[in-house]
Amino acid sequence: MSFPWAKTYTPKHPFMVWMDEKLPLPRLVYNAVGGGYEVPRNLNYFWNFGFLAGLCLVIQIVSGIVLAMHYGGDTRVAFNSTEHIMRDVNYGWMLRYGHANGASAFFVVVYAHIFRGFYYGSYKAPREMVWLLGVVIFLLMMATAFMGYVLPWGQMSYWGAQVITGLFSAIPLVGDALHTWLLGGFAPDNATLNRFFSLHYLLPFVILGVIILHIWALHIPGSSNPTGVEVKSESDTVPFYPYFVAKDGWTIGLFLIIYSLFVFFMPNALGHPDNYIPANPMQTPAHIVPEWYFWPFYAILRSFTQDWLWIVPAKLMGVLAMFAAILVWFFLPWLDRSPVRSGSYRPLYRKFFWVLVFDVLVLGYCGGSPAEQPYVMIAQIASIYYFLHFFVIVPVVSSIERPDPLPFSITESVLGHESAAVAEAQA
Amino acid sequence: MIRIFSILAGLFFVGALAWSLLWDTIGFAHDGLPNTVEKAFHEHPRPLKLSSDGWFGKFDRKQVKRGFEVYNQVCASCHAIQHVAYRDLADIGMSESEIKTLAATATVNAKDPLTGEMKDRPGLPSDHFQAVVYGGQGTPPDLSLITKARHGGAAYVHSLLTGYTNQPAELLKRFPDAKTPDGLHYNPYFANLNIAMPPPLTSDGQVTYSDGTKATVEQMSTDVAAFLVWTAEPKLDKRHQVGFWWVGFLIYATVLGYMSYRNVWAEKKGH
Repeated sequence: MSFPWAKTYTPKHPFMVWMDEKLPLPRLVYNAVGGGYEVPRNLNYFWNFGFLAGLCLVIQIVSGIVLAMHYGGDTRVAFNSTEHIMRDVNYGWMLRYGHANGASAFFVVVYAHIFRGFYYGSYKAPREMVWLLGVVIFLLMMATAFMGYVLPWGQMSYWGAQVITGLFSAIPLVGDALHTWLLGGFAPDNATLNRFFSLHYLLPFVILGVIILHIWALHIPGSSNPTGVEVKSESDTVPFYPYFVAKDGWTIGLFLIIYSLFVFFMPNALGHPDNYIPANPMQTPAHIVPEWYFWPFYAILRSFTQDWLWIVPAKLMGVLAMFAAILVWFFLPWLDRSPVRSGSYRPLYRKFFWVLVFDVLVLGYCGGSPAEQPYVMIAQIASIYYFLHFFVIVPVVSSIERPDPLPFSITESVLGHESAAVAEAQA
Repeated sequence: MIRIFSILAGLFFVGALAWSLLWDTIGFAHDGLPNTVEKAFHEHPRPLKLSSDGWFGKFDRKQVKRGFEVYNQVCASCHAIQHVAYRDLADIGMSESEIKTLAATATVNAKDPLTGEMKDRPGLPSDHFQAVVYGGQGTPPDLSLITKARHGGAAYVHSLLTGYTNQPAELLKRFPDAKTPDGLHYNPYFANLNIAMPPPLTSDGQVTYSDGTKATVEQMSTDVAAFLVWTAEPKLDKRHQVGFWWVGFLIYATVLGYMSYRNVWAEKKGH
C-alpha cells in the first residue's frame, strides 16, 4: 500500500520492461526504498537507526561467513583457531575485531532504535505488527550474540554459557532435564559448543527473514514521524529516493567512523580480559559478567536474592523477571492507551521516559559490576522502577495524562501555520 | 482488562524485588560494605608508557627484541608462549639464521614425514614455542596473550614483576588470618595478593642484552612487558596503519555524503 500521490515505477529500457513483466524485482525495490516510497518529511535523526541496524546485520553476516571458514567448532581447537585467525589469516584480526565490535555496534544501534520507539510511540496502532516483529528480532539477536560469545571458548565464553544455560534449570520439575538436553550434557562441552556454532550460523538468516517481515509490515501504514500525526497530504511526504537515501547515506559514514575507531584503535575496550584465557571448567572466574549489552537484564536477574516469602525460589523469580522485562514490550501497544503517539506532546509520559533511560543506564552499570553491595541494592531499586514503568506507569499515565495540542499536520509542524496553508493548497 | 493484569503482574515482580531489597538492606545494615583483604590492599598497576600505546602507537622493535631476550633467559624456564611461532620473530628483527638456530634448540615431537611415526626432532622456524613442563607449586600460565588477558595489560605485567614486597604490618593487624601462606609471595598487584611465582627479576645484570643496554630490573621488566604486548597483538602496527587510512577515507566520504545530503534537501524548507 502506498499514498495515492506516490510515484509509480515505469521502466524505460526494453530490458527493464521485459524484466518487470517476468519478475518485478526492480519494482519491488523502487516501492520499498526508491522513489515510490513516500516518507514523512519531518523525520529526525532517530529515524536513521533502522537503516543502520540493517547495515550492521550485513557487516555481521559477511564477516561471520569468512570467520567460519577459519574457525574450528571443537573444544580442542576453538580457542587456538581464534588465535590462528588473529595471527595467520590475512587480515583475520580485522575480521574478528570487526565481528566482535560489530555485535556491540549492532546493539548500540538497536537500543537507539527501540528507545526511539518508546519515546515516539512507534508501537501504537496501526504499527503494532512492526513493533511485535521488532521485539522478536531483538530476542533473536540476544540469542545469537550470546551463542557467538561462547564460540572462542575462553573463560567468559565457558562460564557465561554455564550461567545462562543454568537459568533453564530454575524451571520447576522439567528444569534439570531441559538443561541437560539444551547443553547435550551436564556441563558445557563439545556438544554445546558445536550446537551453538550451528545455531549461531543459522539465526542471523532467521533474523534477516524477520527483518523483511518487519519492513513489509512497516510499508503498509508507512513510517511514523516525530509529531505522531499521520500523513494527510502530499506536502507531508517526500520520496525515499533521493531524500532519505541521502540522509541515511551520510549517517552510514558517521556510523562507520565511530565503529572503525573501535575496530582499529580500541578493539578490546568492550570485551573482558578473561576471554583471552582458554576455557577451564576447573577454575571459576572471580566475576562472571556477560557482554555489556546484556548488563541491564543481568542486573535484573541478580536482583532477586531472597526466596520470595520463603516460597518462590529467588533463581526462578530472577529468570521470570529477566524474561518478563523484555516480553512486556510485546504488550506495549495495548498497555499504552494514549491516543497521542509522540512523547513530544505527552508532558508526563516524557518525564517518565527519561527516568527510564537513566534507570536502564544504572541497571547496566550494576550488571557489569561485581555481585556485592552496594551494587545489588542499587540494582534492586532500579529494577523496581523498571517494572513499575512498563507494568504500572505506562498504563496509568496514558489514562490520566492531558496531552499538549498537536499540530494540524506534518507540514504545519515543519513550516509553521501560514506557509503550511499555502503548501497544502498548492498540493 | 490487559492493563489490570499488567498492573498485578508488575506488583508481583515489584513485591519480590522489595522483599529481596528488604532483607539485603537488613544484611547491609548489619555487615556494611564488603571488607576483604583484597579490597583493602590490592593495588592498581602503576602507569607504564610504551611506544605501542595510543592510536598512533608503533612497536619499538629494539625494545621488543630486548624483551624477548628477557623472556628467553628468565621467563621461558616456566612459561610458554605457544601462540607464537619461531618464524614470527623475524618481525622483531631476528635474522633467518638466528631464528633457525633458536628453533633448533627446541625438541618437537612430530610426525616423521617418511615413516608417519611420532618422533622427536629439532624445531623448525614454522614450529610454535613448545609447552613448558613445570613441576613446582602453581600453574605458570601461557604468556602469549597475557597482556590482553589481564586488566591493565602491559602495566600490570610491569607492576607485578617489580611489585614484590613484604606483607605490610597493617595488613596483618587488620586481617590476622591473611598471612601469606608458605611457598607463596606477597604481591599487591596480584588479584588475591599471594602469588606462587617467586620474584623472577631480582638483580641488575641478570639478563645479557645483545645490544649492550644496561639490564636494570626496571629496564628488564619494561622490556619484557613490551615483548608481551607484541606476542598478544603482533598485528598492532598494521592495524593502526590500516585504521589511519581507512578512517581518513571515511571522513572524506562522510563529508562528501553530508554535502550531497544538504544539496538534495536544499529546496525543502525547514531542514
